[in-house]
Amino acid sequence: MSNSAIERAAAATPPKLARRVRGLSDRAIAWIFVAPTIFLLLAVNIFPLIWTIRLSFTNYRVNRPNAEVEWVGLRNYQRILTDEDIWQTMQATAHFLIWTIVLQVLIGFALAWLINKKFRGDNFWTTIIVLPMMLSPAVVGNFWTFLYQPQIGLFNYVVSFFSGVDPSSFSMIGEVSLAPWAIVIVDTWMWTPFVMLICLAGLRSIPTSIYEAAECDRASPWRQFWTITVPMVLPFLMLAVLFRGIENFKMFDLVVQLTGGGPGSTTELTSINLKREAFEKWRTGYASAYAIILFVTVFGLASIYVKALNKVKER
Amino acid sequence: MSDFSVIAASRTQKWVAGTLVVGYAVITLLPLLWIIATGFKSPSDAIAYPPKIFFEPTLEGYVNLFTTRTRQTAEFLAANPPQTWYEEIVRKYDMVIAGPSRFGGRFMNSVIIGFVSTFLSVFLGTLAAYAFSRFRIPLKDDLMFFILSTRMMPPIAVAIPIFLMFRALGLSDTHAGMIMLYTAVNLSLAVWLLKGFIDEIPREYEEAALIDGYTRFQAFYKVVLPQAATGIASTAIFCLIFAWNEYAFAVLLTSGTAQTAPPFIPTIIGVGGQDWPAVAAGATIFLLPVVVFTILLRKHLLRGITFGAVRK
Repeated sequence: MSNSAIERAAAATPPKLARRVRGLSDRAIAWIFVAPTIFLLLAVNIFPLIWTIRLSFTNYRVNRPNAEVEWVGLRNYQRILTDEDIWQTMQATAHFLIWTIVLQVLIGFALAWLINKKFRGDNFWTTIIVLPMMLSPAVVGNFWTFLYQPQIGLFNYVVSFFSGVDPSSFSMIGEVSLAPWAIVIVDTWMWTPFVMLICLAGLRSIPTSIYEAAECDRASPWRQFWTITVPMVLPFLMLAVLFRGIENFKMFDLVVQLTGGGPGSTTELTSINLKREAFEKWRTGYASAYAIILFVTVFGLASIYVKALNKVKER
Repeated sequence: MSDFSVIAASRTQKWVAGTLVVGYAVITLLPLLWIIATGFKSPSDAIAYPPKIFFEPTLEGYVNLFTTRTRQTAEFLAANPPQTWYEEIVRKYDMVIAGPSRFGGRFMNSVIIGFVSTFLSVFLGTLAAYAFSRFRIPLKDDLMFFILSTRMMPPIAVAIPIFLMFRALGLSDTHAGMIMLYTAVNLSLAVWLLKGFIDEIPREYEEAALIDGYTRFQAFYKVVLPQAATGIASTAIFCLIFAWNEYAFAVLLTSGTAQTAPPFIPTIIGVGGQDWPAVAAGATIFLLPVVVFTILLRKHLLRGITFGAVRK
């Protein structure tokens, strides 16, 4: 429609001006604009991915450049999927994922719900609450090891202040039973605002007229909450869970600085385990197969989840 | 605020909600305030039990962060009285300042790599986003999804081939290598966010400009760009924050000349363990710009963190 208007205007103008109107064709401009992005992403993402796939079928090791590289077929994959240690890593990751998501959804939603009551200064406090998630996870994680110190750490002090437990009697990052919770606490501290912000957007998207109608029908606040608020926020909440899920499946910087995977391998999440195989043991081929398995897992789970999300949205 | 409504929260409800939220905010802010406070403590105050809330502030942490120090004999110290206030601080421990530490350089690396990669990804991202927003491009949705999916890879998994590639090309531990990598990683965010912002600018503006005799380039440059300025600025800040905070690639692919601050700050060691005031001082200097940016960004925050999926 508008194109033909341009054509007509172009046809009616003198040739010199007409050439300027057309200039480069839209198609040429589209390609000139898109090409550098696609090229860079191919070079930095797809080419390495293909290289990783190729390496995953070999026994290549970076630290032995002169050793002969052998084609080992699917042996790397077979070894990973039957390795007990990796299953332990997966369990640690699952514990981390499930608890961070549960806590962040509960606290994040509650905060959003409270903020949506629109008290004075709510915008200011929202900005304050959001701060932790914008900071460098590695630097913050490193500083939390200080807060977690037995005796001198602020965290232990506060816990002992309220519970009466001796602050030097427990070490959040030194004990096998506590370390998995130590990383859950810091991640929850850092990322609850993320879930909160998305829930808040969800709550604010609900038209007030729905509540007014419910009020006229004498629906109790409890009923309104479960039949209006929750279903309307659900798509937003699911989106938040998707983002947190993908991010925490990839989790590396925060936890590696906090616990380094220890004590033992109780907090060795998949990314930390992968880093150990690839950059400490230098089993490049093996680690490549591992990376491919992780990528397929994230991609597969995310696709299934997105399908579920779309179903909820359609309702 | 007093307009009548059957559904607005009552005064008591607001008061309770406000108290709970403020309480949470104070607790959540505590670790950050502790970082800032520790930066101004002396090493002995920093590890005191019970933790000290009130203490005599000192700049020791900052001096230790920016300098390297050596111990000297009593005669040497007596013969060379301190010239500056920072030397005076060090003298308490029978030390003299031997030279600047590596923190300044690492911080500058963060600045250079952050700003250049942000500029490049926003520049390329704006072009691509404009094309995706306005032109018919074959497989557009697939391409957009491809751009997004590059973010799903765990950084460590991407780092294995990148490590080999950088080694083959001589890009290991160079600014150029890190800039290229961060540009590519940020590009997906930039394209998605900017496409959202440009979609919101009515096409009619450009069409009017085209009819007035502008070329496509001119219309893009003189009509669309000024309209998208806020969007471009907030996208740039998001990219900058990402590059600024990034740790996994930095720790694996840099070790010296191009190392950024996040992998460096945790390695600041004092006598017998980490020098907490110096670490806290470094963290404060490093985190403060992000705090400022977050406050500037607060209106577009949600959009940035969800790749434009949620807009307010």
